[in-house]
Amino acid sequence: MDKFTIDNMNLYYGKFHALKDVTLHMPKNKITAFIGPSGCGKSTLLKSLNRMNDLVEGCKITGDIRLDGADIYGDIDINVLRKRVGMVFQKANPFPMSVYDNIAFGPRTHGIKKKSELDQIVEQSLRDAAIWDELKDRLKKSALGLSGGQQQRLCIARALAVKPEVLLMDEATSALDPISTGKIEELCLKLKDEYTIIMVTHNMQQALRISDNTAFFLLGEMVEYNSTDAVFSSPQDKRTEEYITGRFG
Amino acid sequence: MADMNNTAVIDEIKPINKVTFKQRMISYKRKPLSLVMLLLVALAAVLSAAALVFIIVYVLVRGIPNLTPELFALTYNSDNVSCMPSIINTIVLTLLTLLIAVPFGIGAAIYLAEYAKKGNKLVKVIRTMAETLAGIPSIVYGLFGMLFFVYALNWGYSLLAGAFTLAIMVLPTIMRTTEEALLTVPDSYREGSYGLGAGKLRTIVRIILPSAMPGILAGVILAVGRIVGETAALIYTYGSATGYATGLLNSGRSLAVHMYVLTNEGLHTDQAWGTAVVLLVLVFGINTLSAFIAKKLGNKKG
Ligand SMILES: Nc1ncnc2c1ncn2[C@@H]1O[C@H](COP(=O)(O)OP(=O)(O)OP(=O)(O)O)[C@@H](O)[C@H]1O
Ligand SMILES: [Mg+2]
Repeated sequence: MDKFTIDNMNLYYGKFHALKDVTLHMPKNKITAFIGPSGCGKSTLLKSLNRMNDLVEGCKITGDIRLDGADIYGDIDINVLRKRVGMVFQKANPFPMSVYDNIAFGPRTHGIKKKSELDQIVEQSLRDAAIWDELKDRLKKSALGLSGGQQQRLCIARALAVKPEVLLMDEATSALDPISTGKIEELCLKLKDEYTIIMVTHNMQQALRISDNTAFFLLGEMVEYNSTDAVFSSPQDKRTEEYITGRFG
Repeated sequence: MADMNNTAVIDEIKPINKVTFKQRMISYKRKPLSLVMLLLVALAAVLSAAALVFIIVYVLVRGIPNLTPELFALTYNSDNVSCMPSIINTIVLTLLTLLIAVPFGIGAAIYLAEYAKKGNKLVKVIRTMAETLAGIPSIVYGLFGMLFFVYALNWGYSLLAGAFTLAIMVLPTIMRTTEEALLTVPDSYREGSYGLGAGKLRTIVRIILPSAMPGILAGVILAVGRIVGETAALIYTYGSATGYATGLLNSGRSLAVHMYVLTNEGLHTDQAWGTAVVLLVLVFGINTLSAFIAKKLGNKKG
């Protein structure tokens, strides 16, 4: 079953045509990876899925994007959409508050007030993001004092804390060391049972290791979309082949 | 971790990365201009500080001997020229002015920074107006306050007329500093908050305002400084009655006005100096208090 369907989508930043006629159906409980060179529109596409592009002045979208069959650009509550479709941003963006408050911000937004319940969510989210052991004694300290990699995992934990159905991860592991990266990848594989994950990655091995399907983008165009095995073992398009072989050296 | 407890050991370390006098001299020999530059900026710093210190010391020397108990008598008469009513009037006036100006100033700034579209014409007009208003001499506000609040609305010389006049005067300052503070809050905070499903209101109240709080308070402190130090605008609106302004429509004099009157009459110059010390202490006290509040609010988010 498809969780997200994108049909004939075009996106313009002012006069700039950033995404060209993208059609892409992403199945439920799978990991879909977006790959492609810098500036090809991966983040842009990802941000269209939780309507983060609404914040960009002069951004125009046409086409049809549906979550569980419902038009996300139709008459829906955007805040509910963003709760259902969580996002980890390309640059870690912890709030200037304590580690605990960072994680609890989402659940509190959605009405959870009870301390014991929040405590439990905070611990579980941090554990899932492979950072509980490092932070359990610093929950009351400012999140801005964490290292870059710790901040990124904190943001992953923060996204998990609202229990979304879909998780959008924009190069979530690009600032992490191999061990934390491994843990996040493990987490993704584990979360797959409950969540649908859509991730952007520049790391071909990572796409190969954990994603089920891969979409390759070039200059705003979706060149190829297939099962990850097929994309990497027998790419249909010459450009895909050049890109992935170039990356593999 | 173990070393951290051993501060005594750390104190005795001789670091190799200390820039010695000799090293500095070597680089100055190669680039004499940078030595000249250093001397010039150091001179500027010393002279600026000296001017300030000179004024403060001068006021204190002239004023402190005149800080007699009579100067703080509860009621004013023309013999003791007590500044007690003025102190209280100044505090009340400041609070009332802030009560009017702060909500409007912050509200307008939130609209400009968070709600209005970036290219909006109205925003540009408001911004230009605020900038212009901030540069107008206070006596112009005083004149307007007199014609509008005192005469047209018939409030007379009163606390209310004074507070409204000063509120209009400091509104642009509060608005601009608040807007600037809001604009320095990184967009990534907004994205993070919206991305978790928080609405605009929650994002502004929980994320943006706390991050901008130090900047906003800096604006408020600036406003307090202008209110406490104002004379021209107040003489025309608040008047210079010598008692406590107990009602909104009562006239009174603020400390600065009191000082101005004393100096102007020329009969109580010594007491004017004493009053100057009180004014100095009051401003210092308000600033310390504001800084303390700013720190408190800043800590809460950290
Ligand atoms: N807010 C914006 N306004 C105007 N143009 C934008 C905006 N955001 C992105 N773009 C442009 O859209 C194109 C796609 O950007 P996007 O950030 O989606 O690339 P990306 O594939 O995520 O790249 P990277 O791998 O470097 O993150 C780029 O050419 C970029 O310059
Ligand atoms: Mg990107």
